[in-house]
Amino acid sequence: MASVAPAVALRGIRKRFGAVVANDGVDLMVAAGSVHGIVGENGAGKSTLMSILYGLQRADGGSIAVHGTPALIRHSRDAMRLGIGMVHQHFMLVDTFSALDNVLLGAEPGWHLPGTRARARAKLQALMHDSGLQVRLDAAVEELPVGERQRLEILKALYRGARILILDEPTAVLTPQETEALFATLRRLRTRGTTILLITHKLREIIALTDAVTVMRAGRVVLDCATADTTMDALAQAMVGRRVHLGRADDGVIAADAEPLLQAEQLRWRDASGVTRLDDVSLSLRAGEIVGVAGVAGNGQSELLDALAGLLVPDHGELRLAGRRFTPAAWLDPTTARELSVAHVPEDRQLRGLVLPFVAWESAVLGYHTRPRYDQHGWMQHRAMFDDTVAMMERFDVRPRNARIRCAQFSGGNQQKLVLAREVSPHPRVLLVGQPTRGVDIGAIEFIHGRLRAMRDDGSAVLMVSSELDEILALADRVLVMNRGRVSGELPITACTEAALGRLMGDADPAAVVCA
Amino acid sequence: MTSGDALPRWLDLVVLPLVNLALALLVCGIVVLVVGLDPWQVLASLAKGAFGSRIGISYTLYYATTFVFTGLAVAVAFHGGLFNIGGEGQAMLGGIGTALVALALADRWPVWAVLPLMTIAAAAFGMAWAAIPAALQAWRGSHVVITTIMFNFIASALLSWLLIHVLKEPGNMTVESRSFGPGAHVPGVHELLAVLGIEWPRSPLNLSVALAALSAVLVYLLVWRTRPGYTLRAVGFAPEAARYAGIRPRAQVMFSMLLSGALAGFVGINEVAGVQGRLLLDYVVGAGFAGIAVSLIGRNHPMGIVLAALLFGALYQGGAELAFEIPGFSRDMVFTLQGLIVLFSGAMAQVAAPTLARAWFAIERRMAPRPVHG
Repeated sequence: MASVAPAVALRGIRKRFGAVVANDGVDLMVAAGSVHGIVGENGAGKSTLMSILYGLQRADGGSIAVHGTPALIRHSRDAMRLGIGMVHQHFMLVDTFSALDNVLLGAEPGWHLPGTRARARAKLQALMHDSGLQVRLDAAVEELPVGERQRLEILKALYRGARILILDEPTAVLTPQETEALFATLRRLRTRGTTILLITHKLREIIALTDAVTVMRAGRVVLDCATADTTMDALAQAMVGRRVHLGRADDGVIAADAEPLLQAEQLRWRDASGVTRLDDVSLSLRAGEIVGVAGVAGNGQSELLDALAGLLVPDHGELRLAGRRFTPAAWLDPTTARELSVAHVPEDRQLRGLVLPFVAWESAVLGYHTRPRYDQHGWMQHRAMFDDTVAMMERFDVRPRNARIRCAQFSGGNQQKLVLAREVSPHPRVLLVGQPTRGVDIGAIEFIHGRLRAMRDDGSAVLMVSSELDEILALADRVLVMNRGRVSGELPITACTEAALGRLMGDADPAAVVCA
Repeated sequence: MTSGDALPRWLDLVVLPLVNLALALLVCGIVVLVVGLDPWQVLASLAKGAFGSRIGISYTLYYATTFVFTGLAVAVAFHGGLFNIGGEGQAMLGGIGTALVALALADRWPVWAVLPLMTIAAAAFGMAWAAIPAALQAWRGSHVVITTIMFNFIASALLSWLLIHVLKEPGNMTVESRSFGPGAHVPGVHELLAVLGIEWPRSPLNLSVALAALSAVLVYLLVWRTRPGYTLRAVGFAPEAARYAGIRPRAQVMFSMLLSGALAGFVGINEVAGVQGRLLLDYVVGAGFAGIAVSLIGRNHPMGIVLAALLFGALYQGGAELAFEIPGFSRDMVFTLQGLIVLFSGAMAQVAAPTLARAWFAIERRMAPRPVHG
């Protein structure tokens, strides 16, 4: 092996942004033809490092060698010329263009498009055949499902001659089946000699796919080893810097006969285009339990959450809550929901949970801003808002601990903690949570899970929608599975296996659900 | 990674606008040089015209008063996530409201009774004119930018029709209403100062300037200190988050547009009652549109809007002097200058920001003690 130069050799990379040191002397060796994982919490410096390798940022110091040759990468064009391609977490595609034109964009050699298209099509078909990346070339990108868009991004990089492929959180937007399909493709690319750099925070993906792994923390490399020599626990510990526990906590007592706090009967809803999104959904939430709602994203979970939070009025059904009965004619509204002690952590914290341009202490009372503590005769009580926010940030470990900065400037995990802090602080009887830990660090996941368990133990009812089976299995006492707007099954946690849930989620092949 | 956000506030709010203004003046200087005039002389005349005399200052403040009203109108709508291009029409309607009250009451009623009624009418008429596009936006999704532009034309036609068919004095050849009675006289600042024993030259500057200042303070308090302001900004920044928080977006659209229309309507007090003493055509003369630039340059903050309005007032007044004083410096050149300032301070306000940020961090790094690496 020593005779073959590493595909990528980064030595002593340094980069700082203002006062923040993002990369502090990072060394990284990636063997040619391997899949190399890079893990680390948000802000550990892994994205910065990849940006430097791909020419989006320039390092303040250090050197880069590609296939043994020192390289000066000042622009992503330089990187492409060296055979480095990158697939960003947020796709860089023009929605209204066809897949083929997206590949051509920026790589068209001349003015005559039809000829170029024909040549590109032939080359792409060969590439698709070789790599197994199947994409409908003539479909507009907006018509493609997420998994296919991602394949297109990879294809785009390969078309430009990428031999080293950087994938930034590729599975964040994928369903379990799509993830498995992606991994199969990546394995196939590896056998064809492509070197793959995989940035992720999902450790089971590292174990499942990679040959070697580098763990970063606070701008430095803290662990660098062959994947076969490590375990998920060891990686988690290296990432966070302390022992973390993400599995199931000792089971609390499930009070099966506890009073139902919220009951929904036969909710039905069709969206504007006539598709039935909720179909006869009934459920009850009892005090002291966490009910998990599993399912592949887009099977009605979001709509269910919205209906229970008063953000969506179903066409049919009824809701019983705190002794009151709601029908579609007079459905619950968000303000009433809060008055009846229903709190809601929305799935999309950036779109809904926070007003991003607000400073933390403004967003921290959102939805509760009409309470007398914050609003006296129309005047907002800034002091009370600020003090409460500081207290929330302290209790929920929101970092940086500064209530005066804008919500947009917090990392995703800290934004989530801020939303959770706001919703949990009034001690709601019912807590609705959507994707509690999407895109959140391991350390924060552990923390958030702990708070949700504490809510349950205090006698609240928690309804948790999550597309992470791990999360459902770690937290829920009872699991509802949704498929095409229906509750396709309900299982006590003791009966839940990934295979059983996978079957209910509607997968032809339950094994496809399992990421490992 | 971070650029504008990382700038300290004073740099962002004070130095950056000054840099932009300097850049605009620099380009203006080049243009002036090209047409064969001395930039320094032009600049000096401009400044002298705007601030060099008490009468110049008075005119500058008078123009600024109108721009504060229209600038605030744009800003309030903007905070609610709406772009109100209808300041022009709403100001016209404000003038009509003012005139109707004045024509009906000013012959018999005293000033102290008519003045508040005129003010209310100006606001109410401006509001009513904003209410239709606002309702169309809230309930029908008709884009408020389009509808407010349309309403400017309708307002203009309405004003002409009213003047020609209803309000024109028989026998008068010009298209204007009869002069208002004594009750509609908005006290001039020179008259108020005379009461205090201060001699001040006669100018169009009137008590409306106080209303403008008060409006700026109230808008600040409303937007940043009260619950309506909180919900207004929440809807403006993130409509989905506002809905999640139980805020009804429709009510907010109405609220911000009505307030915006009322502020634009106040122009009627300053121009129609304060200066002309009668209703005529074209008393708004683009002030509604200038309000967009004023709000843009003032970053939608009342303090910034007051400063930007003063800048615009100075340009109007100084520009008028300039065209008068320097032969060969036409009115068109004055518009060119104004356009350049709008371009640099408004449209391209952030262009210099990254350079400024780099310079600032370079200075900061040099001044900060080096971190010790172990």
